[in-house]
Amino acid sequence: MAIVVQRRDYSLLGPESKQADEKGLASAQWHATPIPRARMKELMKRKDGPAIRDTLIWLGGLIILGYLAYLSWGTWWAVPAFFLYGTLYASPGDSRWHECGHGTAFKTPWMNDVVYHIGSFCVLRSATPWRWSHSRHHTDTIIVGRDPEIITARPPIWKILYMQIFHLYGGPIEIKRFILHTFGKLEEQEKEYIPASEYDKVFREARIYMLIFLAVIAACIVTGSVLPAMFIILPTFYGGLLVLTFGITQHLGLYEDVLDHRLNTRTVYFNPVFRFLYWNMNYHVEHHMFPMVPYHALPKLHEEMKYDCPEARPSLWAALREVIGALRKQKHDPAYVVVKPLPVTALPYRYGPELNDDLELTRSEA
Amino acid sequence: MAWVEVCEAGEVDVEDVIRFDQEDRSFAVYRSDKGDYYATDGFCTHGRFHLADGLVMGKLIECPKHNGRFDITSGAAVRVPACKDLQTYPVKVEAGRVYINIE
Repeated sequence: MAIVVQRRDYSLLGPESKQADEKGLASAQWHATPIPRARMKELMKRKDGPAIRDTLIWLGGLIILGYLAYLSWGTWWAVPAFFLYGTLYASPGDSRWHECGHGTAFKTPWMNDVVYHIGSFCVLRSATPWRWSHSRHHTDTIIVGRDPEIITARPPIWKILYMQIFHLYGGPIEIKRFILHTFGKLEEQEKEYIPASEYDKVFREARIYMLIFLAVIAACIVTGSVLPAMFIILPTFYGGLLVLTFGITQHLGLYEDVLDHRLNTRTVYFNPVFRFLYWNMNYHVEHHMFPMVPYHALPKLHEEMKYDCPEARPSLWAALREVIGALRKQKHDPAYVVVKPLPVTALPYRYGPELNDDLELTRSEA
Repeated sequence: MAWVEVCEAGEVDVEDVIRFDQEDRSFAVYRSDKGDYYATDGFCTHGRFHLADGLVMGKLIECPKHNGRFDITSGAAVRVPACKDLQTYPVKVEAGRVYINIE
C-alpha cells in the first residue's frame, strides 16, 4: 500500500501561520549565546575599509572577466569565460545583497544602500520587498507559515532545487512580481510583511528595473545579438550554481519550528575564495544569532561562540553531503532532521517557547 | 514629575546603552558619543527586541535583531524596518547618578 506523506502548508496566508502564533513561535525570544558586552561591542564595530576593498575586487574582477568573455564570444572559450563571469556576477550579488541589506557591511549608510541595490539587481530581487522578507526570515527563522524564505518544503520538492541551478524557479517568480509592482500591485503574501508605507518605493524600484530590462532588450535587438543580455540579466540565470550551492547549506535538513539557531542553521568552513564570494555567510549560525555583527567579524564571533555551538561542517562538500542525505531521508520521513551534539560547555538547546520541549514528533540521529 | 534613579553615571559607557526595568516597563538608557545621556522605551517598535543589546553609533541606536535604527535624542526611526518612532524620556544627572522621568 502506498504511503501518502502529508506536506505542511508553508504559505504565509495558510493555517500554519496562525498555528505558529498560537504555539508561541512567532516573534519569539530565541536562544542567544552569552558573550560579554565589551567583546560584543568590539565585534559589532562598523568599518568601511574591508567592504570597499572587497567591492573594488568584485567589480574589478567583473570588468576583467567580462572583457575576456567578450573576446571569447563566438568561440568555445565563451563557455568557461561566461561561466566564470556569471558566477562572479551572481554569487557576490547574492551575498552583497544580503550583507548590505542588514546595513552592516559598510560603516557609511549610503555605501550599504548603493551596493544593496547593485546586489539586488544582480540576483533579480526586488530591493524593498526582499528587505522586508529577509527581516521576517530573521524574526521567524524556519518557522512554517511565518518564514517566507524557506527554500523547500518537507518532503523536499526536488524540482525546485533542480530548477534553481539556473534560477528557473525563483527567477520567473521575481519577474512576475516586477511586472505586478510596475503596475502598482503586490502579491497578497507580500502584504503580510511589507508595510503600506513602503509600497510607493516598491513600485518605483520595479519601474526602474523594468526600464533597465527594456534597455537591455533594445540593445539586443539593435545589435542583433544576445551578447548585451549575457552581461546583464542573464548571468543571474546561467551563473546561479554557487548561489544555490551555498544557499542550501544554510538551513536545509535541519529543524523547523524551534527557537534556537543552533538547531535550524548550519555553520560550514569555506575556503578563502568561497568566503570572499559569500562574504563569510558560511558562519550562518553566528549571523542569525547576532545579525548586527558585520561579515568581516564573523570568524572572530565564531571563535567566541564555539563553546556553545555544535561543530561546524568541515567543508562545503561535507555540508552538501549532509544536506542531500537529509533531504533524501525526508522524502520518506518528513520529520527526519540532522541533530548535532553540543559540547559539554554549551547551554541546552531551546526547542520551543518552553525550554526543552519533548521531541516525540521528530525522529533524528545523533 | 516622577524622576526615577537608574544607576551611577559611570555605569553607562560613552557610546553605549544599558537596560533599566521599572515594574512592568522597560527602558534603554544611553550615552551618546558626546557623553550625553538619553532614555527611550526599551523595546524596538518593529519587533519586541530589547535595544540594550544593540549598538550605539554616535546618536543612533541599532536594534540587535533587524538592524533598524533610531535617533536616541528624538526617538525618530531613521532606518527600516523600524518605521515607528520610540518614546523618549527626560534624563538628568545629579550627584553622579542618572535619573529618568518616566511619567
